[in-house]
Amino acid sequence: MRHLMSPLDFSTEELDRLFDLAARIEADPAHFAHACEGKILATCFYEPSTRTRLSFESAMTRLGGRVIGFSDANSSSAAKGESVSDTIRVISCYADICAMRHPKEGAPMVAASRSLIPVINAGDGGHQHPTQTLTDLMTIRSLHGSLGGYTIGLCGDLKFGRTVHSLINALSRYDDIRFVFISPQELRVPDYVMEMLREKNIPYEETIRLEDVIADLDMLYMTRVQKERFFNEEDYVRLKDFYILDKNKLGLAKEDLIVLHPLPRVNEISVEVDEDPRAAYFKQAQYGVYVRMALILTLLEIEV
Amino acid sequence: MLNVGKIEEGFVLDHIQAGKSMDIYEHLGLDKMDCTVAIIKNARSKIMGKKDILKVECDIETLDLDVLAFIDHNITINVIKNGEIVEKRVLSLPKEVKNVIRCHNPRCITSIEQGLPHIFVLADEEKEIYRCKYCEEKYSGK
Repeated sequence: MRHLMSPLDFSTEELDRLFDLAARIEADPAHFAHACEGKILATCFYEPSTRTRLSFESAMTRLGGRVIGFSDANSSSAAKGESVSDTIRVISCYADICAMRHPKEGAPMVAASRSLIPVINAGDGGHQHPTQTLTDLMTIRSLHGSLGGYTIGLCGDLKFGRTVHSLINALSRYDDIRFVFISPQELRVPDYVMEMLREKNIPYEETIRLEDVIADLDMLYMTRVQKERFFNEEDYVRLKDFYILDKNKLGLAKEDLIVLHPLPRVNEISVEVDEDPRAAYFKQAQYGVYVRMALILTLLEIEV
Repeated sequence: MLNVGKIEEGFVLDHIQAGKSMDIYEHLGLDKMDCTVAIIKNARSKIMGKKDILKVECDIETLDLDVLAFIDHNITINVIKNGEIVEKRVLSLPKEVKNVIRCHNPRCITSIEQGLPHIFVLADEEKEIYRCKYCEEKYSGK
């Protein structure tokens, strides 16, 4: 039995197989509509995350399976003080697979160590969010044609943004990628991430202004400056509008740039950009469902 | 020059980084053991300049060597029997340490989950970096 805790749990070959399956699902969803009939997904969300939860629920429903679960800790036995270990033992009796979101880092790993069913980490605090990374990789592979051979800019909160760290780690396994980190000084990529890139001889550069580098990029990954990551309101207000992608900035970019965003967006991408063919963030949400469908099938070892 | 007598049976922990002997005394639980312990601080050393030495009269098997290696793997253990050194042990960094140190990350699951062991994994042997098994926070308390 396998779990998914980190995007690096799967080898690049295993990821290729997963993405091939997701591409088959995209091409012919009807073929997979009954693949999980009789199976139950438990969505154990100890903190609200409507988007991720609905994506999982959509994925399981589209596979013909059913979904049970809770969407915040107050409506679960955690409010009564039940441990994660006990909860997953009980959930193992009710469902065939579990997607767990928890504000505490490492909680899904604790669950996996006690679980009788596959556990998917659906986000644990500021630590990992592997299915977002799989979504990002799937989108890049589908729109660019491969997972290597491009310059990718990551823009915004590169310090606290776990999706960014996971994506950099995951992409560092592919060939011929150059990173451009675009952030204010206060929200730079952590040193250990840059150290990892140096050790692997992967080229990167850091810059403060998006306009200075946007013309060089094949891909631009925008991120939200999250209020909950700040200790005081003043810092948040000062930094949140630092990097906004609008029509003017996009005018400097390549015609085939791919703009990605894990969503939800606040105002870091102007709505006027949505109609531009380079905006791929809503397609990204669609790929998120396909890749979660492929993941559920893979972890349940269901072949279609 | 201070002289501390020989021990008949037990161990001598040599080449302890100067000032670290009390940490080791606590981690080994020597304060709870009913045995003779000599703590020598800031002894002269040709190699280290200054070093600490611990002499303990007890059964060597009662020691948790993993803990010792984690605290300072340059320590040498001299096993003593009948007043003579019968074995010298060199420590290497343990791959994992369990319930020796605690994760201080307030966002880590270990901060709320009862009965969960605090486990740190050797992430970088060269730089001697340990990370929490659950949240991957670097241990910086050394």
